[in-house]
Amino acid sequence: MPDTLPPDSVGIVESKSMHFDKPLQLECGKTLPEYDIAYETYGELNDSGSNAILICHALSGDQHAAGYHSMEDRKPGWWESSIGPGKPIDTRRFFVVSMNNLGGCKGSSGPNTKRPGTDKYWGPDFPIVTVKDWVNSQQRLMQVLGIEHWLAIIGGSLGGMQVMQWSIDYPDAIRHAIVIAASPKLTAQNIAFNEVARQAIMSDPDFNHGHYLEKNTIPRRGLMLARMLGHITYLSDDSMREKFGRELREGKLNFGFDVEFQVESYLRYQGHTFVERFDANTYLLMTKTLDYFDPARDHGDDLATALSSATANFMVISFTSDWRFSPQRSREIVKALIKAKKQVSYVEVEAQHGHDAFLMPIPHYMNVFHNYMQNVSGEIE
Amino acid sequence: MRADLAIIADWIRPGSSILDMGCGDGTLLKYLRDNSEVNGIGLEIDAQKIEHCVLDRISVIQADLNDGLEQYFSDSSFDYVVMGQTLQAMDRADILVEEMLRVGKQGIITFPNMAYWKGRLQLGILGLMPVTKSLPNHWFDTPNIHLCTLRDFEALCKQKSINILERTVVDHTHSKSTLLMRLFPNLFGEIAIYRFCRNGVQISG
Repeated sequence: MPDTLPPDSVGIVESKSMHFDKPLQLECGKTLPEYDIAYETYGELNDSGSNAILICHALSGDQHAAGYHSMEDRKPGWWESSIGPGKPIDTRRFFVVSMNNLGGCKGSSGPNTKRPGTDKYWGPDFPIVTVKDWVNSQQRLMQVLGIEHWLAIIGGSLGGMQVMQWSIDYPDAIRHAIVIAASPKLTAQNIAFNEVARQAIMSDPDFNHGHYLEKNTIPRRGLMLARMLGHITYLSDDSMREKFGRELREGKLNFGFDVEFQVESYLRYQGHTFVERFDANTYLLMTKTLDYFDPARDHGDDLATALSSATANFMVISFTSDWRFSPQRSREIVKALIKAKKQVSYVEVEAQHGHDAFLMPIPHYMNVFHNYMQNVSGEIE
Repeated sequence: MRADLAIIADWIRPGSSILDMGCGDGTLLKYLRDNSEVNGIGLEIDAQKIEHCVLDRISVIQADLNDGLEQYFSDSSFDYVVMGQTLQAMDRADILVEEMLRVGKQGIITFPNMAYWKGRLQLGILGLMPVTKSLPNHWFDTPNIHLCTLRDFEALCKQKSINILERTVVDHTHSKSTLLMRLFPNLFGEIAIYRFCRNGVQISG
């Protein structure tokens, strides 16, 4: 809890919500008859509407990307390192919009909200949404907010996938696409990790086939395991060694199965806090969204063809120690963009933080990001 | 702008596409973009130079040339592939020259000539590894691991069925050639500049 807010923070922010009556056709064939989108905004939209930036969140992110909800908040939004006055996404120049994706658990319609016209939670019956569906829903909020085009759309990880989808589906609505620590599709290994996470959740006795809210239970153990597994894949071997080594909590071996090594304690803590803030059905759904993402699929498995409709300028960034979405995956994106004759720059940041590096203020990363966004701000009319 | 870059810029047709391997802070690409509507991409490994390119709105890719071009570029992606003063520091210069002509129709290369007379004197008479203005490093700290002469490079081209389209030599200040340099390029040329293509490839302009 900060006594005073840092001067480079957007400060106290609030989440808003927008209701949509118009049904949304989903890729799975189902339709969402009506839905809500929770979102936050930072900065001011200018008169010409030319300074709007969309932030897309990753698996466990939400609309709260920057600032604090109150002075009692322990932590700021998830991308405080990059959003705020003087930061790469400078809120003195840009109007920043950040939404909670459909199927999320922070106010947008999702498994933990009530099904329209009933008193029951959606639970496991919330339809599986895809990145394409998210982009369509984001485009609707964009219209309601009176934004004609995004000066830039920016996202890391699953967020970067949304950026790519935007550039393909709404080429005229996006000038700059900033794709960070992303992948053109998941590898078998990625899907395997997601499957273990899902199995952990679904095999928890408190899961109750997804109807746990009605039964007043929470699949804590399963969700905690899923998060612990996920967390290992977000860090690198080096960063774990540096952070924890083989340090023992009590300084000696106890020859038992309680927490002994610091890394065990850390993972359990991460798992526990995650259960308090996240919904298990949302976790299942978001991992599926990840697994399904593959824009090349409809174009003969050729990513360059898939990206041929794009008109945005691309900035692709990866991190050397990221093994969840390794630099090789970003290079595939870059190669496809070059083949499709798009404007693209690519930076491979030397970092030992693993996949999580995209949230860290690493100097080279921040300098590149800052320089790029400075040019972007030059295009504000 | 460095004079060798000015010569290269003269060789590049306006409106064409180029790949600059080892583009540094993007000087050549910026010049070509602003003066002859050339659409280019640079490859660079140095973090600070990359940041500079990004600020100058140069399309740049952070990559190690020793890893090759396969992971970024399909065949025949560019009209020109340029490599200025970098060939001699590469792990496999021969493979890279081939790669240049895989992804581009023409290649343009500059490198320090190891047979420059001052170097010959130092090695031949004094028995010392040459240190000249175009090769300022000592043997123990030089990044230049594959130095060659004009004749060496031309022999490699012949072996690989590469057609040399244009050649010029300049001194270390990269200013215009003297008569001696033109008559005896392998002896008086300090820096060599070549433009080349695959044998049988039709080059217009």
